[in-house]
Amino acid sequence: MSALKPKHQRLVLVIVAVIALIAAGLLAAYALRNQASYFYVPTQMIAEPPAPTQAVRLGGMVQAGTLETMPDGVTVSFVVGDGEEQVPVRFAGILPDLFVEGSGVVAEGKLGADGTFIADNLLAKHDENYIPRELEDMTAAQVEQTVLETAR
Amino acid sequence: MIAELGLAALWLAAALAGLQLIAGVQSVRQPDGPLASLARPAAVIQGVLAAFAFLMLLWLFAQTDLSVKLVAANSHSAKPMIFKLSGAWGNHEGSMLLWVTVMALAGGLIGYLERRLPEVTMQATLATQAFVGLGFYAFLLLSSNPFERLATPVAEGMGLNPLLQDIGLAFHPPTLYFGYVGLSVAFSFALGALLTRQVTPNFARAMRPWVLGAWIFLTLGITAGSYWAYYELGWGGWWFWDPVENASLMPWLAATALLHSVSVLAARDALRAWTIMLGVVAFSMSMMGTFLVRSGVLTSVHAFAVDPERGTFILVLLGIYIGGALTIFALRAGTVQEGERFTATSREGALVFNNVMLSAILAVVLVGTLYPLLTEAFGIRVSVGPPYFNPVAAIFTLPMLAVMAVGPLLRWRRDGAKRISKPAVFLTICVLLVAVLVTYLSNASLLAILGLAFAAALAVGSLLPLRGRNLLRTPLATWGMVTAHFGIAVALFGMASESAFSIEKLVAARPGDMTEVGPWKITLDGIEPVAGPNWTALQADLRASYKGGSAITLQPQSRTFWSPERETAESALAARWNGQLYAVMGSGIEDGRRQLRLWWKPFVPMIWFGGILVALGGFLSLIGRLTADLKRHYVRRRSAERREDAQV
Repeated sequence: MSALKPKHQRLVLVIVAVIALIAAGLLAAYALRNQASYFYVPTQMIAEPPAPTQAVRLGGMVQAGTLETMPDGVTVSFVVGDGEEQVPVRFAGILPDLFVEGSGVVAEGKLGADGTFIADNLLAKHDENYIPRELEDMTAAQVEQTVLETAR
Repeated sequence: MIAELGLAALWLAAALAGLQLIAGVQSVRQPDGPLASLARPAAVIQGVLAAFAFLMLLWLFAQTDLSVKLVAANSHSAKPMIFKLSGAWGNHEGSMLLWVTVMALAGGLIGYLERRLPEVTMQATLATQAFVGLGFYAFLLLSSNPFERLATPVAEGMGLNPLLQDIGLAFHPPTLYFGYVGLSVAFSFALGALLTRQVTPNFARAMRPWVLGAWIFLTLGITAGSYWAYYELGWGGWWFWDPVENASLMPWLAATALLHSVSVLAARDALRAWTIMLGVVAFSMSMMGTFLVRSGVLTSVHAFAVDPERGTFILVLLGIYIGGALTIFALRAGTVQEGERFTATSREGALVFNNVMLSAILAVVLVGTLYPLLTEAFGIRVSVGPPYFNPVAAIFTLPMLAVMAVGPLLRWRRDGAKRISKPAVFLTICVLLVAVLVTYLSNASLLAILGLAFAAALAVGSLLPLRGRNLLRTPLATWGMVTAHFGIAVALFGMASESAFSIEKLVAARPGDMTEVGPWKITLDGIEPVAGPNWTALQADLRASYKGGSAITLQPQSRTFWSPERETAESALAARWNGQLYAVMGSGIEDGRRQLRLWWKPFVPMIWFGGILVALGGFLSLIGRLTADLKRHYVRRRSAERREDAQV
């Protein structure tokens, strides 16, 4: 290296940096294709179910009258719907503070082989200023049906 | 009246920023022009005025002046005083005012203090600082006026998001902002030096305290934010790769790289163009963070308002500043002379390697953070989480840690690999030993095993530069480096240990029930109602004993705030030297049982102790550099005086 001319040293440094950044970019792109978790609403999930190993998010309305606590006291099950299709969800853990029937929820987890969605985490509407982003459009599009259903 | 005073001060400060810009540009072109002496005083007065405006806002919040829109929307007369004050920056407008204030104060300080650089470089620097400042004044005054009055005052304020009513969080945003905005000085210095062709070691010495200072605040801010997320959100995690967290991590990564390259430039006059580039990138990441958090493209507890107009405004500012700076860099970088040379196995070589690795990690985080926003533009919603960030970032972090452990042992300029072969072999054995041990004794994941092994090696490696030195004579800056590197090892140990050894338990318990979590026996004694100044709560009494020792009490709560109305879970923590017990109370079940979520997290506090050590290392370094600068200044003055005496 010490034999390199000044111009060359700078060139070598630039090339090393560029190669590292390209490597980082390619690696990131490759990993994103496998690791990004996609967002589904129940209609999509029924039509094209994700692979059981794939981490995805399911968003929709918690259907009224479906929230049940299992005998162990910590597992709950409920049904998420978007006005057309419905997907049963199971979750072991403490429910978010404002999780109630008839309100929106985004569940993170995997779709089980039996068609039940196993959630590792629930994101509920925290307050008026915090609505999971995925639910904003959905509620706007399907507000009528949702109102009808929750009123029933 | 107070609100109008604040607004007037803000407009005046903006006008002074305009004057500072014109004066700066003028005197760069014509060093003895009529405006040449105005830029520095303009910067100082601008700083004072912005600080005054911010004080006025604090006053309004302290008094809970409900005729001001911002106070009415974010405060409440029943709030404790400290949260009334922190409410001033716990919202969009107030936090942007804080941003502008810190930026103006920083500009004022360099205008007042910095005398080492050629005056023309200082003028260019102050002009850049004013140019960036003007954009944010415009944003504040035109679309986010914090002093706006209501037509009719309201009877009572809306209150502050209860999640934000926390003593740790009261000081988290200002700390982070000092870091974000401190980097604006590095940005201005970098452009000033580039424009006036003064990329010299002296420039690096002038810039270094600012980079160090900003970096210390960023480190503390990120550490505090992580701890807040850990105990306040009640999810038991300490880092979620949330876009808002990434927004603070990215400037930190860039600032860490900048910190090291600026040292090379100061000590060895190498890496000139690279340092300028990092100066630009670091503050660009700060602005990008602001855009992500403030524009409403993200929804989280940090994103106060969703207003597309504001988002566009910040995006335009971002385009002007980042695009402009990169264009200037592209046009001018060729004029920066190549610095001193060095070989691959030298201190510079190791630092360059780590700079490149830090940049690669930055790229990985940036891509992962922006990817969901990009796909959303095409109508596909994705979220990117730990399964992406952890392994991909680790690929670049592990080589960096390896070089970090031995790099400080290398000499500047050129050195042989032979001189560090002994410590390198020793540290490699260290890594292998710990890795094998952990693999046998636990069923930790690969990343956790590697984390523990590298943490052990780095902890030993970081202390090696002190070997054979007189500890009392070792410069403070060296102590700073050793402390910061050791802090990284400590934090890494905490992270890996939390991931490898945590035990989680979820139960539904009746009063009197006992449950075991790892070495702990935990009994639910009872549940009772309690009340605070603006909330009521149910509180569980948990009696916990470690390996049959004497019992301690944990009291997690389920709180109901009544303004604004919402419930939060308050976690309870019990710390021992070797870890933390973490308890959260969930909802009640009809049969009288109550959900409890319990974790035993061995050595988890090391994460934040490590962060504090890293910041302390930066602080020692800063003190060391500043005293050395002062000494040099003093000696130079003395010798100049002596020369004058001799002439007389």
